[in-house]
Amino acid sequence: MTQPSFSPEKFRPKTVYVTYIASTPEKVWEALTDPAFTKQYFAGFAIDVEPRQGGAFLLRYPDGRVHMSGRVVEWSPPRRFSCTWLVEGMPDFRELPECLVTYDIEQAGGAVKLTMTEAHSWDVPDEILAGGRAGWPAILSSLKSVLETGKPLDIRMEPPKEMMEAVKQAIAEKPWLR
Amino acid sequence: MTEPKFVYVTYIATTPEKLWQALTDGAFTEQYWFGTRIESDWTLGARVSFSRNDKVSDYGVVLECEPPRRLSYSWRVEFHEEFRHERPSRVTFEIEPMPAKLGGKRSEAKLTVIHDDFDDGSKVFRAVSGGWPLVLASLKSLLETGGGLKSASVDALKAAEERALAAARGAAA
Repeated sequence: MTQPSFSPEKFRPKTVYVTYIASTPEKVWEALTDPAFTKQYFAGFAIDVEPRQGGAFLLRYPDGRVHMSGRVVEWSPPRRFSCTWLVEGMPDFRELPECLVTYDIEQAGGAVKLTMTEAHSWDVPDEILAGGRAGWPAILSSLKSVLETGKPLDIRMEPPKEMMEAVKQAIAEKPWLR
Repeated sequence: MTEPKFVYVTYIATTPEKLWQALTDGAFTEQYWFGTRIESDWTLGARVSFSRNDKVSDYGVVLECEPPRRLSYSWRVEFHEEFRHERPSRVTFEIEPMPAKLGGKRSEAKLTVIHDDFDDGSKVFRAVSGGWPLVLASLKSLLETGGGLKSASVDALKAAEERALAAARGAAA
């Protein structure tokens, strides 16, 4: 569930990743929102999203369990898809405040510019941001490969160790309540 | 205040050797870097020249060269009047092989580009921050599909640099 106090203006961009893809905005939109696509490039996760503002958003493990949950904040095909993310599938993480992930899709010459922005409502330590900063380049590089070559990349990823420690500490101290 | 530093990571279905060639062979760079030839004999201290249509635009000096893993050169940007008074910055490429998964056949390479050693408020920094994602996306396309991003993207590269510059002007105003 989205927190009752949710207001997007509280979120500040902390990680931005830009790539350009030889594709169309419509295909990039499909790759971001269709489970048959996300399973290929997003560490096996299938997206399950109600296609409307306020709709439920989930990322599921291959066995159907929920990894990530949230709400659709903006659904404007094929230009902007934004939703809140709460990590459900890792025990410590579900106590962290949700973050806001926005994809912006623009035509750029003969290619499509895709911008991913991960925004947070609290002063997230770099050690926690390191998870997304390691993951997004792998996920979005693989997305580009899927759209351009039909084949995803095959990257093994583990959450950075210092991230797990920083999450434990943040949950103990709850700096977002200050 | 931390000094301006641009870091970008991408993963490419290729070998470190081919990626190294793509970074150091002018005939290759011309294909994905929107017509820019980057040439050097790639020995420590050697000159690096950036040219478009046989006209040298920028130049630098090789600082580190460990094929196929690590390459670093200084970079003095000359092509735009606004940049000429700035001292050279530094770009470093790190290439790591990513072994295929158990049973997988394809190996991949992780490329990390670090562009740093700028003065505070550098306009070159703002311009390259807009330009690198496009150049590196085109490099990945070339290595994976045999073609860089379409030539129409040259305009996109200029637009990305211009937008970043305009933002820098806005911030300075």
